[in-house]
Amino acid sequence: MKKILIVDDEPNILLSIEFLMKKEGYRIFIARNGKEAIDIVKKEMPDALILDIMMPEVDGFEVCEFIKTNEETAHIKIIFLTAKAKESDIQKGLSAGADLYLKKPFSTKELVKKVKGIFN
Amino acid sequence: MISNWVIILISVGYLTLLFMLAYFGEYRAKKGKSLLKNPYIYALSLAVYCTAWTYYGSVGNAAESGLNFLATYIGPTLLAPIWWFIFKKIIRISKVYRITTIADLISTRYGKSVSLGSLVAIFCVLGIIPYISIQLKAISSSFQMVSNSNLVSDANASISNHIFNDYTLYITIGLAFFTILFGTRNIDATVKQEGMVTAIAFESILKLVAFLVIGFFITFVVFDGFSDIFSRVNDDPQLSRLTTLDSIGGYSEWFWLNMLSMMAFMFLPRQFHVSIKENTSEKHLDKAIWLFPLYLLVINIFVIPIAFAGKIMFAGETNVLSDTFVLAIPIFLSQDFLAIFVYLGGFAAGTSMVIVSTIALSIMISNNLIFPYVVSNKQFIRYFKGNFSRFLLNIRRASILLVLLLSYGYYSFISFRFSIVSIGLISFVAVAQFAPAVIGGIFWKEGNKSGAISGLIAGFTIWFLLLVLPTIDQAGFISFFIQNDKLFNFIPLADGQAFGLPMNKIPAALFWSLLINSSLYVFISLRYMQSSKERNQAEVFVDIFKYSKEFESTMVWKGTAYVQDIEELLIHFVGDKKTKEILREYEVKYNQKLKKEDRADSKLVNSVERILAGLIGSSSARLLISTTLKEEEISTKEVLDILKETQQIVVVNKQLKEKSQALEEVTRQLFSSNEKLRQMDHTKDEFISTITHEMRTPITSIRAFSEILHDNSDISLEDKQQFLNTIIKETERMDRLISQVLDLEKFNTGKQEFHLEYLQINDLILEAVRSVQTLVEQGRIQLTTQLAPQIGFINANKDRLIQVLLNLISNAIKFCDPMAGKIEISSKQVSENIVVEVNDNGKGIVKEIQQSIFDVFYQAPDQTRKKPKGSGLGLSICKKIIEYHQGEIWVESDGKQGSKFIFTLPTSTNESILENENYLNEENINS
Repeated sequence: MKKILIVDDEPNILLSIEFLMKKEGYRIFIARNGKEAIDIVKKEMPDALILDIMMPEVDGFEVCEFIKTNEETAHIKIIFLTAKAKESDIQKGLSAGADLYLKKPFSTKELVKKVKGIFN
Repeated sequence: MISNWVIILISVGYLTLLFMLAYFGEYRAKKGKSLLKNPYIYALSLAVYCTAWTYYGSVGNAAESGLNFLATYIGPTLLAPIWWFIFKKIIRISKVYRITTIADLISTRYGKSVSLGSLVAIFCVLGIIPYISIQLKAISSSFQMVSNSNLVSDANASISNHIFNDYTLYITIGLAFFTILFGTRNIDATVKQEGMVTAIAFESILKLVAFLVIGFFITFVVFDGFSDIFSRVNDDPQLSRLTTLDSIGGYSEWFWLNMLSMMAFMFLPRQFHVSIKENTSEKHLDKAIWLFPLYLLVINIFVIPIAFAGKIMFAGETNVLSDTFVLAIPIFLSQDFLAIFVYLGGFAAGTSMVIVSTIALSIMISNNLIFPYVVSNKQFIRYFKGNFSRFLLNIRRASILLVLLLSYGYYSFISFRFSIVSIGLISFVAVAQFAPAVIGGIFWKEGNKSGAISGLIAGFTIWFLLLVLPTIDQAGFISFFIQNDKLFNFIPLADGQAFGLPMNKIPAALFWSLLINSSLYVFISLRYMQSSKERNQAEVFVDIFKYSKEFESTMVWKGTAYVQDIEELLIHFVGDKKTKEILREYEVKYNQKLKKEDRADSKLVNSVERILAGLIGSSSARLLISTTLKEEEISTKEVLDILKETQQIVVVNKQLKEKSQALEEVTRQLFSSNEKLRQMDHTKDEFISTITHEMRTPITSIRAFSEILHDNSDISLEDKQQFLNTIIKETERMDRLISQVLDLEKFNTGKQEFHLEYLQINDLILEAVRSVQTLVEQGRIQLTTQLAPQIGFINANKDRLIQVLLNLISNAIKFCDPMAGKIEISSKQVSENIVVEVNDNGKGIVKEIQQSIFDVFYQAPDQTRKKPKGSGLGLSICKKIIEYHQGEIWVESDGKQGSKFIFTLPTSTNESILENENYLNEENINS
């Protein structure tokens, strides 16, 4: 069973993604900010992150960078899911090592499909 | 009794200190921190005017003839306001022409005439040597008095039987040595002598302090204050005559003495040297205008008390000269230390005059008497190729030695017989002869060379006949000229009827010499034509402020010369390296490339002539140029035409400059408003980008949950309820956001109008608290109010204020301690204002962002990092609302424990005005 960590500071968005992913049979962890996310990554070693960018204290880019520059965690897949839609943000996300960059608001079906795709 | 050697050691030590000071001054200048930029140093250096004559002679003069001595100091003081007209002009002229001496100034004005320059130089040397000699006299007799503790300065002792015992000679040679060290460090005479001026300024301070100390000592320690001295003098009929101003000539004599010192102050070579040549900024005159007269006033305070004290103390001893009272009194009282200090003050006064005068004279001797006759000799120039600077400096050194030895000679044979003042005034009359040529030269275009030469020769002849000859004769040389107190047996000489005037000798001689001098100057100038060269200088001198910026174009020159000739000429005088520098500077200034085979234009010739003028004097430079380059004659008409053109160029340039300044100003304004627009545009962009981002968050939830509900029919009822509820909440959030944006937009465009009413803030607080009560009861938050019972009314919009209160309270609820939240709302009256505070016990807000949280969608420097959630538009709307009510809102927090949001509102006291305002507001809304 693949483990997915969802990181977002909006409880409603967390709730909706959690529902979708549970239904697909993934084991879910939840973090409300970047700091919490890094703690959980260290402890639980999830297989993938669904990661927001705009968060207090530690932002999504920093979380991504931490994971991808750390040998033990570099294999973890990262999907940015964010309302930041500028081309420069997408470039920045991908160059930080993200595997996918999805924009909010998202289509639930597409999200589910992309997450599945990433493990194949 | 002080040993000779102590005094010699002290004197040499003092000169060494002076030299170190000078070295320091030059060191500062090299570091770019020139002391000469300081206007106080400039004003102090002007005080070189006060020589040993002031120091010793004023007391002597006051002791013999009462208040007359003051004329010497009142003259320059009366003159101070007109420094502006005369000095500013001379300074500007000297700067653009690189003029360094008064001889150069006069010769330049009258067509750079070699003969006129030589004449002025000779007159200066003749006129000033007696003056230097009295400084030597003062130094040497004060030395003898101090070292022998002798009250009587034995004048005849100076002509010692044995030359090895002649201290005056030693002093003269020592001073020559120091003057050479000070004055001949740079070949270019226009280079500022930083070190020398620094030393002179220091000497000015020393002589002032020393004189004040001895004056204070005599007046307040020896005697019992001013009134004590004066009452003793009044009791003595012999002395009391000194307290009134009743010299033989009366007021007309006073007038002439004042005129005399005025002119001396302007034209004495040493004054020209410090006030014109060493001036670094015309603005320094502004300070000197009051500082220098103040200096004169202060140094004269104790002159009369010392003179009277001396008269009283030495009443019986006729052989104590009044010239020596300043020193004789401390020696008489056996105050060794004080005597040495007074001696040093006098030494400073004497040496400063000797150093500056000798340097100024040496420049004149070399530039006006030697170089003109040397530089026109081609053989000579070839001989000194490149080595000229050493030759030039050696000539200056030799001139310094010559001047001092001549002064010594004069002293040995003549001046020791006379009082300091009488000889000083004779020198004054000599330099006063320059007045017509200089003043006429800078204000009157018609004055010409023939006029100046005849006036000067006549003036000096009269000076020599009336003032110098009698002194030589009294010295026992020529008894032929004077018989029965009459010159040539028909010009009366005795004071009171001198030269047919009811005055003393000096003012009478001044009157006659100046009268004839200036009459001849004017008459001959009008009678004979100017040459075109003279006309050229006359135009530029008189209108210097129009021409100084375009100087190189104002010297009209016509002839054939090649750049190579010019270059070779320069190399002879300044060497290869400096020549290259000069030509490169010229190329940069005029944006023009110089090629050896090109013809040199008049601008190049003039700027080279100007550089040479600084080295060898303007008449020598002119002579050099005219003999080396092929020149053509120019008519006066041509000169005037070209000058007119230059003036037009100056005017056009000025207009262009003004126009371009105006354009620059417009560009600047455009740039700044453009910048403002860009800033506004940027803010707007940011606002839109943030607002869309904020809106995407609820839409994301709404869409996600709608799709979930749509795609999953098997969803549990409980989940369904929760998801639908979320959708509704997020829709409301969306709606709130939109109305906030619209609100803000209204505030920003100033379209917002509210209905105002007469309200009690406490009612509003309670209403707001009631509406959040349910929220508070759910959590673990303790909400309290502390409302002042007696509080004024406000004139406000109820809904809007409740909106502010709710916003602050809900922020407090969000951010207070999550486990044990505490919120307190208070109101109070502080003078004319109502103050409302909302306190919470949350984490607080750091100082850096306390201002910016009130900005629209405040963004932290790091764009991806959110500030504490929830604060988007709420606080900025609160701010707009409070400001609309003429109040203020801010936050106080230490960033660790709790934050305090505070807003103030002005109380309204008069209900009728309020209603009136309400009415007006409603009117506005309706219209």
